[in-house]
Amino acid sequence: MARKVSTRRKAIMTAIAWVIAFLIFFPILWTIILSFKSEGDAIKSPLQVLTSHWSFESYFVVQERSDYFRHFWNSVVISLGSTLIALVIAIPAAWAMAFVPGKRTKDVLMWMLSTKMMPAVGVLVPIYLMFRDWGLLDTRIGLVAVLCLMNLPIVIWMLYTYFKEIPNDILEAARMDGATLSSEILYVLTPMAVPGIASTLLLNVILAWNEAFWTLNLTAAKAAPLTAFIAAYSSPEGLFYAKLSAASTLAIAPILILGWFSQKQLVRGLTFGAVK
Amino acid sequence: MGQITLKGVRKAFGDVEVIPPLDLHINEGEFVVFVGPSGCGKSTLLRLIAGLEDVSGGEIEIDGQPSTDLPPARRGLAMVFQSYALYPHMSVKKNIAFPLKMAKADQATIDRKVENAARILNLTDYLDRRPGQLSGGQRQRVAIGRAIVREPAAFLFDEPLSNLDAALRVNMRLEISELHQKLKTTMIYVTHDQVEAMTMADKIVVLQAGRIEQVGSPLELYRSPRNRFVAGFIGSPKMNFIGGEEAAKHGADTIGIRPEHIAISTSEGAWKGTVGVSEHLGSDTFLHVETDHGVINVRGDGEVSLHAGDAVFLTPDLNQLHKFDAEGLAI
Repeated sequence: MARKVSTRRKAIMTAIAWVIAFLIFFPILWTIILSFKSEGDAIKSPLQVLTSHWSFESYFVVQERSDYFRHFWNSVVISLGSTLIALVIAIPAAWAMAFVPGKRTKDVLMWMLSTKMMPAVGVLVPIYLMFRDWGLLDTRIGLVAVLCLMNLPIVIWMLYTYFKEIPNDILEAARMDGATLSSEILYVLTPMAVPGIASTLLLNVILAWNEAFWTLNLTAAKAAPLTAFIAAYSSPEGLFYAKLSAASTLAIAPILILGWFSQKQLVRGLTFGAVK
Repeated sequence: MGQITLKGVRKAFGDVEVIPPLDLHINEGEFVVFVGPSGCGKSTLLRLIAGLEDVSGGEIEIDGQPSTDLPPARRGLAMVFQSYALYPHMSVKKNIAFPLKMAKADQATIDRKVENAARILNLTDYLDRRPGQLSGGQRQRVAIGRAIVREPAAFLFDEPLSNLDAALRVNMRLEISELHQKLKTTMIYVTHDQVEAMTMADKIVVLQAGRIEQVGSPLELYRSPRNRFVAGFIGSPKMNFIGGEEAAKHGADTIGIRPEHIAISTSEGAWKGTVGVSEHLGSDTFLHVETDHGVINVRGDGEVSLHAGDAVFLTPDLNQLHKFDAEGLAI
């Protein structure tokens, strides 16, 4: 028998869910509100902030002082580039682990995941020195490489989970039909895993877009993405709340819109394999 | 085209030997059925022939060519899977054309062969559909179509009808038999269903625990099973086995008699018993009779009107009696 839920209980649960959702969303909402205020109004009490004058002033100032579109373009190149390269490496790797597992496959997977448990700062100095010697500091190629490597374990893990769901029979049928390894991956496995690959791509674009540690430490001006653009407005002195908020809003807007339109795909991707 | 020879082929997974060394010869154009209970190694044997599993020892020859180390695609065989294994993202047409595309056939050849296969299998109206939009029987036909276009040396069927409902299974069984008559290509068919084996095969290979128990035509296996296992496995309902004194009277450790070779009477006979469950199928009646020798299954005609509790006498047809020694081998 299905569990009965009274209307009152349902209403209370819904209200709690809305409150929690609002609390999570509040910092973003407040940032957006502040971005439409003058610096003077932005530091007033919350009630005064809401009733004060609204303007686009901060946005104009921000665009004037630091070129938004250049940072935006850097973010696009870095997040998409690192994710696409990671996918090209991860698809065959995940194929091998899902369909021709060896005795140590599980260990390899765990080992890859374990690299994500290490704090990034632990390898900052060696990576920084290597980047300096190889002339990769403040270059988009350098950031693409480092973010690709950082996210590779997650990409492989996600794809591995999707590939595990694909029946082996179908790949064997392709083999019987004369498909070589590359045609098997290209014509059969990849098209079947498109939903999984798409959600992996989305999630990793988001992770790479929001990545701040490496982007802040390895860039200065040329290759700086939107994370650096925001950071430029955080200052211990002076009134920068409104401009910082405007910069933040500009930086998160693209990914927020992308996430909004692809939320179905993302949720499916994150819960894939949990229930059959 | 289509001769397959296995010489001392064996397969082990780690320390577990699932197929001890085995020899088998399949003639050109033959319809061979591997039959046996679940886990007897029949699917593994098929996969070894297909090249989807590597042999642990022995040799496989296809049309006289050593093929043990050839990859599946180069053995010239086509396989139909139990799960159909269709490519869900491709239309029926693309599914059937896939092997030709892999063989880099030109578009005109692809179109001609796909149309031909679709006509043979009554799929012409469904060519633009996706597998998800087809019924089980249609999907199985697409899988067969994909196999046909390759014009293989032999078709391998791995329990292809297991996922279909009973009525469709009977239809598809007939269709596959007709296809064999039409194409005259070697077919190897794996099933656990002895009715499928009996009705379709030119030659049945009965397997148990990876060993071949007997190879022969359906009637050979039915009439002269080599041992108790084959006797019990082939035929439906199963053969009755009786041991003890009754068997000793016939100079055997165990005697076997098929349900259709026992006469039933209410007045006289060799063995006295009481009717337990009776199953009326219309054309036949299966009676489970409790006797001093245990429960004996008897096949009567559809008109038998006996009910639970009725006293009856059973008389085996002594010409049809099977005798087995202590090892279970036929005497």
